[in-house]
Amino acid sequence: MKRREFVQLAGLGIGGMLVSVPMMGNPIPVEALLDSPLDALQKRQLADVALTTAKSMSASYADIRIGRYLNQFISTRENKVQNIANTESFGAGIRVIVNGTWGFASTNTVTTEGIRKATQQAVAIAKANSKFQKEPVKLAPVKGYGEVTWKTPIEKNAFEVPVSEKTDLLLKANAAALQNGANFVSSNLFQVNEQKYFASTEGSYIDQDIHRIWPTFSITAIDKATNTFKTRQALSAPMGMGYEYMIPKAFDKLHGPADVMLYKNSYDMVEDATLAAQQAKAMLTAKSVEPGKYSVVLEPNHLGLTIHESVGHPLELDRVLGYEANYAGTSFATLDKWKTGKFNYGSKLVNIFADKTQPGSLGAVGYDDEGVQCKRWDLIKDGVLVNYQAIRDQVHILGQNESHGCCYAQSWSDVQFQRMANISLAPGKDPYSINDMIKDVEKGIYIAGRGSYSIDQQRYNFQFGGTVFYEIKNGAIGSMLNDVAYQSNTQEFWNSCTKICDEKDYRLFGSFFDGKGQPSQVSAVSHGSSTTRFDGINVINTGRTL
Amino acid sequence: MALLTKDEAQALLKKVLSYSKADECEVNLTGTNTGNIRYARNSVSTSGGISTYTLVVQSAYGKKLGTATINEFDDASLEKVVRRSEELAQLAPENPEYVSVLGPQKYAEPITYVPATAAITPKMRADAVAQSLQVAKETKTVAAGFMEDTTTVNVMMNSKGLFAYNTSTGVNFSITMRTEDGKGSGYATRGYNDITKLDAKKASQIAADKGVKSATARAIEPGKYTVILEPAAAAVLMENIFFGLDARQADEGRSFLSTTGGKTRLGEKLVDERVNIYSDPLNPDLPTSTWAADGRPQEKVSWIEKGVVKNLTFSRYWAEKKGVKAVPPPAGVIMEGGTKSVEELIKGTKKGILVTRLWYIRPVDPQTLLLTGLTRDGTFYIENGEIKYPIKNFRFNESPVIMLNNLEELGKVERTVSVESNTNYLLPPMKIRDFTFSSLSDAV
Repeated sequence: MKRREFVQLAGLGIGGMLVSVPMMGNPIPVEALLDSPLDALQKRQLADVALTTAKSMSASYADIRIGRYLNQFISTRENKVQNIANTESFGAGIRVIVNGTWGFASTNTVTTEGIRKATQQAVAIAKANSKFQKEPVKLAPVKGYGEVTWKTPIEKNAFEVPVSEKTDLLLKANAAALQNGANFVSSNLFQVNEQKYFASTEGSYIDQDIHRIWPTFSITAIDKATNTFKTRQALSAPMGMGYEYMIPKAFDKLHGPADVMLYKNSYDMVEDATLAAQQAKAMLTAKSVEPGKYSVVLEPNHLGLTIHESVGHPLELDRVLGYEANYAGTSFATLDKWKTGKFNYGSKLVNIFADKTQPGSLGAVGYDDEGVQCKRWDLIKDGVLVNYQAIRDQVHILGQNESHGCCYAQSWSDVQFQRMANISLAPGKDPYSINDMIKDVEKGIYIAGRGSYSIDQQRYNFQFGGTVFYEIKNGAIGSMLNDVAYQSNTQEFWNSCTKICDEKDYRLFGSFFDGKGQPSQVSAVSHGSSTTRFDGINVINTGRTL
Repeated sequence: MALLTKDEAQALLKKVLSYSKADECEVNLTGTNTGNIRYARNSVSTSGGISTYTLVVQSAYGKKLGTATINEFDDASLEKVVRRSEELAQLAPENPEYVSVLGPQKYAEPITYVPATAAITPKMRADAVAQSLQVAKETKTVAAGFMEDTTTVNVMMNSKGLFAYNTSTGVNFSITMRTEDGKGSGYATRGYNDITKLDAKKASQIAADKGVKSATARAIEPGKYTVILEPAAAAVLMENIFFGLDARQADEGRSFLSTTGGKTRLGEKLVDERVNIYSDPLNPDLPTSTWAADGRPQEKVSWIEKGVVKNLTFSRYWAEKKGVKAVPPPAGVIMEGGTKSVEELIKGTKKGILVTRLWYIRPVDPQTLLLTGLTRDGTFYIENGEIKYPIKNFRFNESPVIMLNNLEELGKVERTVSVESNTNYLLPPMKIRDFTFSSLSDAV
C-alpha cells in the first residue's frame, strides 16, 4: 500500500483530497452514484468507433476500456463526521499495437468524435515509440467472448445504503472505543464501484460491475504522565463485497487466543472498536519483547501482508525481467531458478496459488483489463516455484501460450499493465486449529493484524511488525508484548513453515492501495491463508528512547 | 494547453463567485500539463502526457460545507457547479471545526515558473533518454529510468475578497544503471524547476559509475557504523520529521514532539546544535508557492534552529483554539550544511559506510520516529579516507531524531528528491556516527 497517500487522504479536507488524489475522481451528489450514463448498446457503438478507427490506421490490435469509477469515502473522528466524499471519474482509454509497438491514449470526452481522436493519438504514440522498439510485442492468443457480463456477487449495494446509516455505524464504533479507554479514534469507510466496459479487436464486448468495501479505524490510548501512546488498528479486511460485510454474523466470528476476535466474511466494527480500545490501553503497560529466536504464529490478517511482499511481488514477471528496476525493483526469483523446476521456495507444506476468481477477494473479476477470462493457477507447489504472474504480451517468455489474466489499470486514464493477482497460501491438510499451532510451542509469539512492513528491492530481506502481539510460553498464550518486529529472508522464512491450520481458519487479508509503476498506479488485492507457524524466526526489539 | 494568465483567471473566478448564494464561497482552480517517459532494459517502455483543468467550489452555510468539482467552463457549467456545492452544503452535517474563509492576503511574488520547462517537448524527453542509453552502451550497463515534467497554475478566490495566483514548473528525473550480470546497481535522482539545469547524461554517468563499482560487494557484519548519507538517502529519513511537525498531534500527546504531562517539545533542544532547518518560498534553489492550499501566506519560517524546535505547523482551527499564529505546513524544506563535498567527507573518515540511497522506508514506532528500510544502489566501505570496496546492502532501524543527535559533520547543500514522496528538498550530505544496521540483505 502507498501508505503516505493514505495518510494524506485521511488527514486532508475535501478540497485538498480531491487535488492530491486524482484517482478519486470528481465529487457528485450521492444519488448520482446510482445513475447509469450509458447503456450497453451505446458503449458497444462507441467501442466499435475505436476498434474500426484503429484498424483503418493499420493497428494489428486495439482495445478500449470505457470506465466509470465511483467512490464514496466517509471519515469520522471521535463524535464528528469529518468528511463525506462521493466521486465519479468517467472516460475511455484506448490501446493499440502498430508496428509491433504499444500506444495508449485516453479521453474524458466519451463521444464518437472524442474516441476517434484518442484512438488516432494512441496510434501516433505507437508509431513514435516504435523507433525505440527492440522486440515487437507478441500477444498470447485469447478467445473472443462476444457480449458477456460479470458482476461482483454482492448481497447489498453499499451505494444504496443511506449515508446516515453508515455514519451512525462509524460514530457508534467511535463511541464504543471512547467508552472503553481510547483517547482518540478515527474511523473510515471506503466504498468503490468500478463499472468497466471492455472491447477488443479479438471480438469481446465485456461489461463488468465490480464492488469493494473497506471499513477501518485507528484507536489511540495515551498516558500523558509517562508520555506514552499506543495505537491499535482495526482487524477488518478490505473485501470485494457489498454492504453485507458491515452486518456482523455470528458464524463469521472466530475467537482467537487471549481476547482477540477475528472476522471472516462479515465484520463487527463496534465489537472490534471496543476490544481495540481495551487492547490499546493494555499496550501502555505491556512488557517489551526480549529479542531472540521465536516460533511465530501468524494470523491471516497479518500473514497476508507477508505473502504480498515476499511471494506476490517477487513473482510478477515484469519485475523479474527488469521493467521495474528504477522504482519497485527486480526479483530474486529469476527465470534460471524457475527453469530448474526444483527451486526451493519453502517447506513441503507451502502451496501458494494465484486466483482472480476467489469469492469476496478484492481482485476477483470475470475478465481482466485486456479481456482475458480470469482463473486460478499455482505459483508454489509443495515448496517448489512453478510459475509467475504474466499477461498477454509476457507469457511467451515463459514458453506458455495462455495469459494468466492479471492485467489491470487503476482508471480509464491509465494504461493497463501486469498487476498482482490474489495470492494465497493454501490451508493445511491436517485438521489443525489455532490452538494446535500454539500448544507445542515452547517460546513463541502470536501476531495478529498488519503493522510496519519493509522489504528489499529483490525481495530477500524483510521486516514486519503487527497490530497485537502475545507471548507464547510452554504451549500457552501469555501476556501482551510491545516493540515486536521480526526479520527474515524470504526463502529461509518459507522454509521455516512448520504447521498450517486447516480450511476452517482460512480467511482473506486485503490491501486497497498496492502501488506499482511510474507514474504510480494503485490496485486492490487480497491474500488468503489460515493461521500458520514459522519456527526459529529472528525477533528484534524496536523500543527506543529519545 | 496554454495556462490561464492572472487576468483571465481572475475574470473566470469572479464569474464563478457571482453565482454564489451561500454564506461563504471559495473557489480553487488548478490547471496542469504533465509529460513523462519511462524506460527499462535499455528501451523506452511507456510515455505519455495529460492536460487537465479542475475547478473546485466550496460553499458554506454556517458550519455546513459542500464541495463540487467540474472540468467544463461554459457559463451553464459554472453555475451548475456552484449550485451543486450549495445543495451538498445544505445536506451536510455541521463541521464544528470549520473556520470562516480568509480575507484578502498579501503574498510575495513567486519565482516558481520557468518558461523553458513549460516549453518542453516530447522530443526533449526522448533526447534525455537517448543520452542515458548512450551512457548505458558505453559502460555496458542496463538503464531503467523515469522523467516527468509538470507545469501548473493554481488560482484561488473567495467571497471575502481573497485572490491568489501561482504558476510553477518542475521536472524530476531518476535513473538506475545495473551491470549486465546483475551484480552491481547504481542510482541518481535530480529535481529542478528549470529543465535547463537537468543534465541527464551526467546523472546517468554517476549512476553507471556507482553500478559498475558496486559489483562484487562483500558482506560485512551488521551493527553500528559511521555513515555518510548522500542527500537522496538523507531525504527519505529527514522528511519524516518535516511531515511530523503538526502541533495538534503534539498537543494531543501522540507525536515524537509530545513530552510528559501533556506538553510539547516546542522551544526545547531536540537535536545537535549544528542542525538548522527552515523553509523559504523565495529561495532561488528551491522556490515554492508563496501561499498555502488554504490561502495562508507562505513565509520564511525557522523550524529547527541550533537544534531547538522553533515552530510547529497549525491548522487554522487549532491555532484559533490555542490563540497562536496559524503557521501552515511548509512546501519546501531546507537544511543548512557546511562546505565539504561528499568526496571531502569521505577523505575525513577513518572507518565508515557511504550510502547512496535508502529504500522502502516505513515507520516502526511513531513515538520515537523509529524507521526501517534498506540501503540500495551503491553502498561502499570507507577506510582511512578512501572508498575501499563495495559492500552488501543492509537493513537499518534508526530514528532521524536520534541520528541528528549523533551528527559528526554536514556537507554542502544540494537539491535532491525523495524517492518515497517525490518531494524536492535542499539537504546536505550527512556524516552520522552509530547508525544502526540490523541485518544484511542479498539484494542488488
